[in-house]
Amino acid sequence: MSITRDEVAHLARLSRLALSDEELDHLAPQLNQIISAVAQVQEVAAEGIPPTSHATGLANVFRDDEPVPCLTPEQALSGAPAVEMQRFKVPRILVEEG
Amino acid sequence: MASELTRKTATELAAAVSGGEVSAAEVTQAHLDRIAEVDGRVKAFLHVSADNALAAARAVDDKRARGEELGPLAGVPVAVKDLFATVGMPTTCGSKILQGWVPPYESTVTARLRQADGVIIGKTNMDEFAMGSSTENSGYGPSRNPWDLAKVPGGSSGGSAAAVAAHLAALSLGTDTGGSIRQPAAVCGVVGTKPTYGGSSRYGVVAFASSLDTPGPFGRTVLDTALLHQVMSGHDPMDATSIDAPVPPVVEAARHGDVAGMRIGIVSEFAGDGYQPGVMSRFAEAVELLEALGAKVTEVSCPHFTYALPAYYLIAPSEASSNLARFDGMRYGLRSGSGSAEEVMAVTRAAGFGPEVKRRIMLGAYALSSGYYDAYYGKAQQVRTLIIRDFEAAFEQVDVLISPPTPTTAFDIGERADDPMAMYLADLCTIPSNLAGNAALSVPIGLAPENGLPVGLHVMAPPLADDRLYRVAAAVEAAYQSRWGHPLLDEAKGL
Repeated sequence: MSITRDEVAHLARLSRLALSDEELDHLAPQLNQIISAVAQVQEVAAEGIPPTSHATGLANVFRDDEPVPCLTPEQALSGAPAVEMQRFKVPRILVEEG
Repeated sequence: MASELTRKTATELAAAVSGGEVSAAEVTQAHLDRIAEVDGRVKAFLHVSADNALAAARAVDDKRARGEELGPLAGVPVAVKDLFATVGMPTTCGSKILQGWVPPYESTVTARLRQADGVIIGKTNMDEFAMGSSTENSGYGPSRNPWDLAKVPGGSSGGSAAAVAAHLAALSLGTDTGGSIRQPAAVCGVVGTKPTYGGSSRYGVVAFASSLDTPGPFGRTVLDTALLHQVMSGHDPMDATSIDAPVPPVVEAARHGDVAGMRIGIVSEFAGDGYQPGVMSRFAEAVELLEALGAKVTEVSCPHFTYALPAYYLIAPSEASSNLARFDGMRYGLRSGSGSAEEVMAVTRAAGFGPEVKRRIMLGAYALSSGYYDAYYGKAQQVRTLIIRDFEAAFEQVDVLISPPTPTTAFDIGERADDPMAMYLADLCTIPSNLAGNAALSVPIGLAPENGLPVGLHVMAPPLADDRLYRVAAAVEAAYQSRWGHPLLDEAKGL
């Protein structure tokens, strides 16, 4: 099993990481080495073994639906890179089509 | 006087403050002075909160002056890994993407410290987002091992381990996702515990791999570590994976170390190539000691533990790739670049995350991709089941399992920094307990003869049997202390 530089570039795009060419050159062989190593799990005979996603066995933990105090707008916005009219100010999400 | 206070255990300090022999403000000031004196070399802290700490200490003193009874951590300075959200103090996770971020809410664990009259003295350095075994992945430079400043203090909670080992705080908090408390504890010569998963709350702990992340304590003694374990633990409705059960009697167990009649299993898979001779010779010595103390020691095979490391490096990055999607430059933290939201996100994340975090996010994205999911993430989840079954079978034969905590003593700064697979091997022995969600600790058992660096003993117990760890560790600690005639840390020569 191996992963190509193009595939690593694709993973970077999916992961919203604007990597430079130098970073891709550096990371691609490392990821290839890691993936070859972790592929060892495929040697394990696991036919019919159920998967474990977490170890506590807890499921559907409910609480009463009661109003409780929460952050003020000032607190919620206190770490925001940009704020306008008591809202998070973000770059344009939709691009106008011409 | 000041330096004497930093040599005292947390248990002694809490008693002295409660009894009025010393003020919490004096204790805090002594530790702040020690930090000013040596932390320029150790670099255990990312943020020292002198004003906040002194204010908290004075509040403890005022409480005592009013005649109120003080909590179990009365005036004890505690260093906190920089991924616990703390109101009024920055929380960076060792990442540039959160540089300067001050959380608007408090983690449950740090809130419990404050309620117990503990004093948070500062936030400690760590591998970025807890990904690493050396603190070299911190966006703010590595911490150093108080035994030898050219060596790593382990990681990811390396700053917290170093802070306690260098007497900069009496106790510290870390998190353990694959060994991030036990491995640094081992290589810094202190005690560190990964409690049962769900035994300590994750509320307000910045997430790395949610099904594995476990907050836990560091201390210089077994009893101190148990004291913090007890204070920080217990059910929290704010964490849906928190276990609604009584905290195991860890302090009681730490006061009554005894292994007579206890069945102890050596994990046979954790030995051989790659294990440093001094780590194995100290381990063999500890086994002899346990037998001399009346334990019945046998060897137990856990055949799937060999696959724990690869399974972990699929499961943890998969969860991380999802958890770290929240760092997008929109609501908090760094924002970089211009153009569309998507472009800003990609530029922000590339600028804010270091190489290891990028590797893991992409590895997780790969393992979760359609077409690869069954072969990687799905298979790793099945291996996780098999590891849990290995533990269950082992714990039918023995009360606790033991192994080295990590295959080597502290390695050189830079030695593994750009060799991810070599770095990952540091967690070989600790990962199974994270995958199974059970309890484990590391306790010092001496120095490796070849280099004079600390070696630990790793003890693992079934879920919610955390007290067994302390019963074993307290017995081991007492036996070694009487042999050495002094605490192991007295031999640390790095400072």
